[in-house]
Amino acid sequence: MKHLTLPLSEEETLSLHAGDGVLLSGTIYTARDCAHRRLYELLDQGKPLPVDLKKTYIYYAGPCPAPEGRACGSCGPTTSARMNAFAPRLLDLGLLGMIGKGEMSEETRAALVRNKKVYFAAIGGAGAQYAAAIRTSELVAFPELLSEAIYCFEVVDFPAVVAIDAHGKSVYDRPEE
Amino acid sequence: MRKLSTQELSDCVYRLARRAGTTLTPACRKALSAAATQEEGAARFALSTLSENADTAAREQMPVCQDTGMAVVLLELGQDVLLTGAPLSAAIDDGVRRAYRDGYFRRSICDPLTRVNTGDNTPAHLHVDIVEGDKVRVTFLPKGFGSENMSRLYMLTPAEGRAGIVRAVVETVRLAGSRPCPPVYVGVGIGGAFDGCALLAKKALTRDVGTHNPREDVASIEREALESINALGIGAQGFGGKVTALGVACEIAPTHIAGLPVAVNIQCHCIRCEKETL
Repeated sequence: MKHLTLPLSEEETLSLHAGDGVLLSGTIYTARDCAHRRLYELLDQGKPLPVDLKKTYIYYAGPCPAPEGRACGSCGPTTSARMNAFAPRLLDLGLLGMIGKGEMSEETRAALVRNKKVYFAAIGGAGAQYAAAIRTSELVAFPELLSEAIYCFEVVDFPAVVAIDAHGKSVYDRPEE
Repeated sequence: MRKLSTQELSDCVYRLARRAGTTLTPACRKALSAAATQEEGAARFALSTLSENADTAAREQMPVCQDTGMAVVLLELGQDVLLTGAPLSAAIDDGVRRAYRDGYFRRSICDPLTRVNTGDNTPAHLHVDIVEGDKVRVTFLPKGFGSENMSRLYMLTPAEGRAGIVRAVVETVRLAGSRPCPPVYVGVGIGGAFDGCALLAKKALTRDVGTHNPREDVASIEREALESINALGIGAQGFGGKVTALGVACEIAPTHIAGLPVAVNIQCHCIRCEKETL
C-alpha cells in the first residue's frame, strides 16, 4: 500500500496506476447527488461555489450522523456513476479528483486524462472502517441536505484503490471488453 | 383471538432495525470469508476489508454501511391476532424513527420530486401477508439503493422459458457491473404479475444466502445462474475476480398463461436481515 498525502503533485498523480492500493491522508470534501445539483445551479447562475474546486478532492459519500465523541458516523463511498452527469465539467474547472465506488463513464475517463487527474475507489460497504479514518469533520455547505450536505474531512490512512488513472487506464476494464 | 398491541410490533421493529444496521447475517459473514480465500489482489483486499469492517461495526455498534437503507418491513400476520393500539403503519414507522435516531443511522428517504428528506427515514416500506395462526413474523431488511438501482423487471414470453429466466438474471448482474457493490446477492421473482413478481424478488433476499428453493427445478435455476454470473469476472467491487455473486435466490408463484414475469432485485454484499416472531 502506497501512503499518499493530498493534494498530490502532478508528478505523484501521473505515477499512479489503476489497481494500485493506496492510503490517503489529507483533506477531502463530501458531495453526492443533491450537493452536485446545487453546485451546478450556482455555476449556471455565475455565483461562487462554497468550495474552491482547485483545492478539492470530492468524496462521493453521505455519512451517518456522528455518535457522541466521534468525528463522523459510518461513511463509505456511494455509487460514482450517478455523478457522471457532473464530474467532467467539475474536472475541467479544476477539481483535483474524486473518490467513490464503481465504474464511471467514458466522458469522465476522458476528462480525467485531459486534466491529468485520478479517480480513486474506496471499498463500498466498509462504512465503519472509513469512519475510523475520518479524524475531523466540518459542515461546509447546504446543511438542509442533511447527509447530502458538503462536509470537509481530514482523513488519515484512508484505504482506496486507484480506479481510473491519469493515463485513462481503469481497474474496471475487463480483458474481453 | 389473541390480542397484540401495535406498540409491541413497534418495539420489535426497533430492536430488529438496530441490530440489522450494525450486523451482517452469519450466512453473509461466512460467504464473504469463503470468497476472500478464492481471490487475490484488489478483490481480496476488498473482501478482507469488508470482514474487518463487519468486526468494527459489531464492536463499536456502528452501522456496517452508511446506507442504512430504506426500511423494508415484511409482516406475516396471523389471522387470529387482533391488533390493538395505534394504527399498524404508524406503529411500524415509530419503531423505524426511534431506531434510526438512536442508532445514528442515516436518514435516506426523500420526496421523489423535490428530493426533500423526510428527516427520520420514514415511511417504512411495509408489506403485510395475512397467514393462519396467532403469531406475527416480523422481517426487517434495510435495503441500500446502490444495489436497488441496478434491479430490473422483465416481462418475458412463455416461449423464452427457463433459458430466458437465466439470461435475464445474468444480464442484470452484467449490466450492473461494479456499481451495486459486488459480490451481490441476487433475489429473483418468477411469475405472479408485474407488481407481485418484484415483491417475490425482494422476499427472496430475506432467505439466508447459500440456501436453495425447495423445488428442484427452481434450485437448478439458482445454481446455473450463479455459475454464469461468477463466470462474468466482475469480482468484488468490480476489481475483477471469481466471485461476482454470493448467491442467487429464486421465489416462484403462478402466473398468467400469456406471460413469464421475472424480477431481479440486487442486494449488495452487505446482507443485513433480522427476523423475530411475536
